[in-house]
Amino acid sequence: MGQSVSVTLPVGVVAPPLSVASTAVLGAASGLSAKMKLDRMSVYYGAFLAVAEVSLPVYAHQITAIIGPSGCGKSTLLRALNRMNDLISRARLTGKIWLDGEDIYAPQVDVVDIRRRVGMVFQRPNPFPKSIYDNVAYGPRLYDRIPKSELDEMVERSLRRAALWDEVKDKLKESGLALSGGQQQRLCIARAIAVEPEVILMDEPCSALDPVATLKIEELMQELETDYTIVIVTHNMQQAARVSDYTAMMMMRPDRAGQVIEFDVTAKIFTRPGDKRTEDYVTGRFG
Amino acid sequence: MSTPAARRWTGAAARERKRRLVNILMLGLTGLATLLALVPLAWILAEVVARGSSALSVEFLTQTFKPTSLGGGGIWHAIVGTAILVGLASLLAVPVGILAAFYVVAHPNSAMGLAVRFGTDVLSGLPSIVVGLFIYTVLVIERGYSAWAGSLALAILMLPVVVRTTEEMLKLTPQSLREASLGLGAPEWKTTFSVMLPAALTGVVTGLMLAVARVSGETAPLLFTALGSNNLSVALDKPMASLPLTLFKYAVDPSKTRNAQAWAIALVIIVLVLALNVGARLIAMWRSRMMR
Amino acid sequence: MISTQPRALRPASSPVVRALQHGDIPYRGVIALSALAILGLVVGVGVMLWIYSEPTRVAAGWSFVVETAWNPVGEVFGAAPFILGTLNTSLVALIVAFPLGLGVAIFLAELCPIRLRALLGFMVELLAAIPSVVYGAWGIFVFIPAFVQPLGDFLMNTFGNPSRFPFLPILKGPFFGASTLAAGLILAVMILPTISAISRDVLLAVPRAQREAALALGSTRWETIWQVVLPYGLSGILGGIILGLGRALGETMAVTMVIGNVAQVSASLLSPGYSMASVIANEWGESRTPMYASALIEIGLLLFVTSLLLNIVARLLVWSVSRRNPDAGGGRA
Repeated sequence: MGQSVSVTLPVGVVAPPLSVASTAVLGAASGLSAKMKLDRMSVYYGAFLAVAEVSLPVYAHQITAIIGPSGCGKSTLLRALNRMNDLISRARLTGKIWLDGEDIYAPQVDVVDIRRRVGMVFQRPNPFPKSIYDNVAYGPRLYDRIPKSELDEMVERSLRRAALWDEVKDKLKESGLALSGGQQQRLCIARAIAVEPEVILMDEPCSALDPVATLKIEELMQELETDYTIVIVTHNMQQAARVSDYTAMMMMRPDRAGQVIEFDVTAKIFTRPGDKRTEDYVTGRFG
Repeated sequence: MSTPAARRWTGAAARERKRRLVNILMLGLTGLATLLALVPLAWILAEVVARGSSALSVEFLTQTFKPTSLGGGGIWHAIVGTAILVGLASLLAVPVGILAAFYVVAHPNSAMGLAVRFGTDVLSGLPSIVVGLFIYTVLVIERGYSAWAGSLALAILMLPVVVRTTEEMLKLTPQSLREASLGLGAPEWKTTFSVMLPAALTGVVTGLMLAVARVSGETAPLLFTALGSNNLSVALDKPMASLPLTLFKYAVDPSKTRNAQAWAIALVIIVLVLALNVGARLIAMWRSRMMR
Repeated sequence: MISTQPRALRPASSPVVRALQHGDIPYRGVIALSALAILGLVVGVGVMLWIYSEPTRVAAGWSFVVETAWNPVGEVFGAAPFILGTLNTSLVALIVAFPLGLGVAIFLAELCPIRLRALLGFMVELLAAIPSVVYGAWGIFVFIPAFVQPLGDFLMNTFGNPSRFPFLPILKGPFFGASTLAAGLILAVMILPTISAISRDVLLAVPRAQREAALALGSTRWETIWQVVLPYGLSGILGGIILGLGRALGETMAVTMVIGNVAQVSASLLSPGYSMASVIANEWGESRTPMYASALIEIGLLLFVTSLLLNIVARLLVWSVSRRNPDAGGGRA
């Protein structure tokens, strides 16, 4: 874990955003590199400001959690990272988001490629009404004509990495919808892994699952960390505390815009947060 | 990433280009399909207007049939005929349709309610010529060709439209209205007629407009029921003229005068049908704006 | 003077009397009757057609359906030419209308900006509002001379000559305009709105989450539509096709005016043909003998049964897609 340098904001109504420089001090101290960087990024829906000037790093091979009360824009922030907000015609983005030094919103960038490199797992499991095999193989098949033996290997590898292989290896031809909720979510994770992303975004991945399934997925996240960079949005603070390395605390400003008010090593956020609002939230005083 | 798989992605530039190309091509094709689908619409409307307006005149609309040797006459008899046939059909179809819709809304999940919904769908899919044959066997064999028979056939064709639009409108009226009325002690029928029907009224009116638009152009069922005629008549138990029947007769007639008149009739029918369709759509839009 | 004394409540009476007083029983009776009327009509049509086609049904039995000779004078009534004619024209119509209709549906549901969607959809639906007889007149005087004739001539000269290659008997001449091809093409225009409207509704009912999952994996929009959205809505789209087919089978006036009305079984699309609905419409006036009339009514019975079956299958298919998911979403928000 990195050396903890507290970067907080003065307790004000509308506070100036964290700067990239101040947050970057964190990881740089421990030799971590930023896989992605948000630089004064804001998201607008038409004229309405939904997320205000977020600047923070996403360190490679770490799990970064985004927490905060409902409605403060966590999902919007997450979806900006793989340009899923593009699907909403009134959504606009200012500022920059860097992936390995490239601006993912630059005009010449191929959004399809970004989405392969930055994968997403959704709140409710959404497997295709195809077989388990076809669900996982869907992504790779888009990109290349892969011989069957290689495809079989890729499917097995992804299902193993998602800790689902043993449970489904004998029924790969069955429909993905025939699995339990927790299994479906792991199938979606396997599907996302199959295209070999570099970053995996998870939007409250366990909120539709029971505690046992949730635990399995949290263990899975820790294993995936070695190969991938993970960003997870969660409203479950205990989960964030258990699973993540870094945490960003978001809150809604009076003008309804969401803002990151504190970003730090997870242990620090939950034991000695710098901002009073963060402390109130994580100790359950509100939220 | 340096796994072999990751290298696969970056090395397949040509495949990436192909995917992008296919994407643009296929999406463009769907736009093209839409344009293509609208071409016949524009073409037919243009032809009807161009060819029909030359034979159209006040005399044409107000005179009745004359043989071509005397100039061809007009279509007043057909206009009156269509008005009577469609008007009578509406008088038959609207009450029955509305009442049947009341039943369906009151018993949505009963076997009978589902059966009626299904029956309405089946009726709407029946070829209109079959409906004409049916009325022939029921009525015309005994009593000969008549306007009654024609109206009945048209009424059957109008029924599904009336039932469906009334049903949808009733479903959209807030339940709170119904509960308020029943809560005040009003009997069921009064609730429906004084509270729910007025709320659904615009829906019923648009349904009627669409149903009228549908049957104003119907020819096939009238061939065996109203038969058509060249005389101006209001007798309901005799054959009656109608615009589409006259159009058909004049279109296949060898005389050029008749052909030109056929286009004029087509123009009249199209104007009527389009006005009703557009009007119904506008009323629906206006109404949904009022609801917000 | 308004009485300040409370009004006495109505005296108690039996529920039946009360219901009668309120008018509920007559009301319920009347609406039930109306509902029954609808069911009665569906059944009644079938029954009457069955009864009045008895002479030919009893005389010929099933051979009516396969007999290819139609000779009213000699009292030989075979429905095969009309059945085949109807099938041919409907098939041509489907082959042309399905890709076009699906393309329109995809465009409207996935690509079109929302404001244009209602307008364009409405315009395509206007195609269905134009009466059949107007299509027929347009067919005779405009569409055949301007489009079908040149097209048919080209096809006949390129593919319809036995001494040249490639030879497709389906495009053999002689060709005079009025033909199965002409009827099929006009039918295609008439059923396109049905196919496109139903397919569009089906596509709009596919849950947004499915599209998002595909896009998040790096699919292009077309790949999302082709590999995820369309397969999801396939049964509903199939239902739309079947409904379109049902419409095509029963279309009378437009087909009668452009198909040529010759009762023959021919392999070529370019020769004149005859459809079930057309023969009824055309020859009704000449049917003097009971057998003749009964034959025509029996053809009407066949039309009724076919359309009934197609309707059932189609509604079940369309219904199955909308039942499968609670939330519906669109392509572009």
